[in-house]
Amino acid sequence: MAEPLFTPEEQKKFDAGIAEIISHYPSDRKSAGMLPALRLLQEIKGWLPPEGLRLVAKHLEVTPERAYEVASFYVMYHLKKPGKYVVDVCTNLSCSLWGAEKMLAYLEEKLGLKAGEANEKFTLRETECLASCGTAPCLQINEDHHESLTRAKLDAILAKLS
Amino acid sequence: MASTAKGIDPIISAAWGKPQSWTLDSYKKRGGYEGLKKALEMQPAAIIDEVKKSNLRGRGGAGFPTGLKWSFVPKDSPKPKYLAVNGDESEPGTFKDRYILEDDPHMMLEGIAIASYALGVHTCYVYLRGEFKFPAERCQAAIDEAYKAGIFGKKLMGKDYELNCYLVRGAGAYICGEETALLESLEGKKGWPRLKPPFPAVVGLFGSPTVVNNVETLASVPHVFTGGSDWYAKLGTDKSGGTRLVCLSGSVNRPGVYEVSMFTTLAELIYDDKYGRGMPAGRKVKAVIPGGSSAPVLGADELDVAMEFEALKVKQTMAGSGGVIVMDDATCMVRSLWRVARFYAEESCGQCTPCREGTPWQTRLLRKIEEGRGEPGDIDMLSNVASSIAPYPPIGLGNTICALGDAAALPTHSFLMRFKDEFEAHIREKRCPFGDKPWGSFGDWS
Repeated sequence: MAEPLFTPEEQKKFDAGIAEIISHYPSDRKSAGMLPALRLLQEIKGWLPPEGLRLVAKHLEVTPERAYEVASFYVMYHLKKPGKYVVDVCTNLSCSLWGAEKMLAYLEEKLGLKAGEANEKFTLRETECLASCGTAPCLQINEDHHESLTRAKLDAILAKLS
Repeated sequence: MASTAKGIDPIISAAWGKPQSWTLDSYKKRGGYEGLKKALEMQPAAIIDEVKKSNLRGRGGAGFPTGLKWSFVPKDSPKPKYLAVNGDESEPGTFKDRYILEDDPHMMLEGIAIASYALGVHTCYVYLRGEFKFPAERCQAAIDEAYKAGIFGKKLMGKDYELNCYLVRGAGAYICGEETALLESLEGKKGWPRLKPPFPAVVGLFGSPTVVNNVETLASVPHVFTGGSDWYAKLGTDKSGGTRLVCLSGSVNRPGVYEVSMFTTLAELIYDDKYGRGMPAGRKVKAVIPGGSSAPVLGADELDVAMEFEALKVKQTMAGSGGVIVMDDATCMVRSLWRVARFYAEESCGQCTPCREGTPWQTRLLRKIEEGRGEPGDIDMLSNVASSIAPYPPIGLGNTICALGDAAALPTHSFLMRFKDEFEAHIREKRCPFGDKPWGSFGDWS
């Protein structure tokens, strides 16, 4: 027998969250809650498992294909289980002008991963502008933002990740 | 935040960095929500007229007159009307809205309330880019405070008018900053832009009349009412009222967000002690992108231009989203354009063939040239590919549904127009003349 998608606690969080999301839209437009619903699922599970996508689709009264179509369009949704820490490094123009390419190379060496690769602990990605151009270079780790990064600052951040 | 060079005190950024500036209490002590009080004593049509008279123009990129945009919403529509706030700040070089959301979100919420009342809107969605976790937390806390204080909810500041405001986070797609793609995303779909017309003001969210306004635009609205439209208009030029936020990044000594007069020039922004404090020691400006990565690049001899919509248009570029990126004379322009081109290839939604096919093609050609594998004919090819996405000039008449195609082609056209010799040198020398240090003075990270 397949394991249930949610623990009882997770189920409670999902049910409350999805009800709140749906309440923000007209009653005949439940499907509008797709982005927040996918975010909710990902917050709970760390990624979007197929059975979770089917569940979201059911609540929003759309087909699972529609949920997958949306989930696969946006880069922040994980259709495969990522590493515990997703490291998104901005190498866009303003950041590169402040050394982002070299910072990424340093990270690749330190984590033993190329951009685009993952292991259990880390997913390393080269990402697009993170709106910190004035405090470059920058990166995000699981949505937590870090800016004006020096080698020492980055080392200290990584050292805190268990 | 420093005063502007032309003696105008900051209005949007006045409280940034001050203790608890993001709270309702702080905002009210600074006169917050007084503009809304004044607006609620006026007829909706008079509110729209006041915004028209202020010459406030949209701060998201296109610079369309805000009052005029509001006036396009049909008054007799039986459908509900919506306000969608565009906080999908993703244009490389642009990082101003983040500061409003983090440091003074109530200023934007007050603008939302005024706009909603003027337009007959009862539901507003604030769409923030997905990566904005902290700005979203600050914004949601401010929305919660506004509900608790009776500003939002069943009674708008005690008036018999219901206004609900919901925050929605995107999920990492630059295209969702395009207003119709934003609406698609708000409807729970992938962000594919819609054909216009019909325009959102008539057929927008859920097929209803919808106004889409940028965060900074709405944060500017309360000041039109507290100071009066005449005062606001006089702060700017004949066609652009108020002040504006510009984001300075790249090869300058003090990058940051600065609130400037519309008369402030690019040169002042870069060199003035109040702003950028000049270039790294021994270096000169080579190029400046004046309005986010999509804005055509300017050369070092073109900095004596006001940071204002019309003045930059004369230079065949644009004020756009206010993102000024400076490159010094140790920066490789081919590599810079390659990085910009890669962004548009990555962010193209794939709906229109010229953009879907053309943006990666540009990127491949630029990589080839930068890596010393360029051949005679590649520059013409690059120019042709860019032209097939959007010819140049004029600005904004591309072959795609939305302006992302223009945004991808304009940098290519302008880099080739102003820095063609560097592209030629790469091909001639079969290498990057800047070697392994192509990113200018600050490019060596330590």
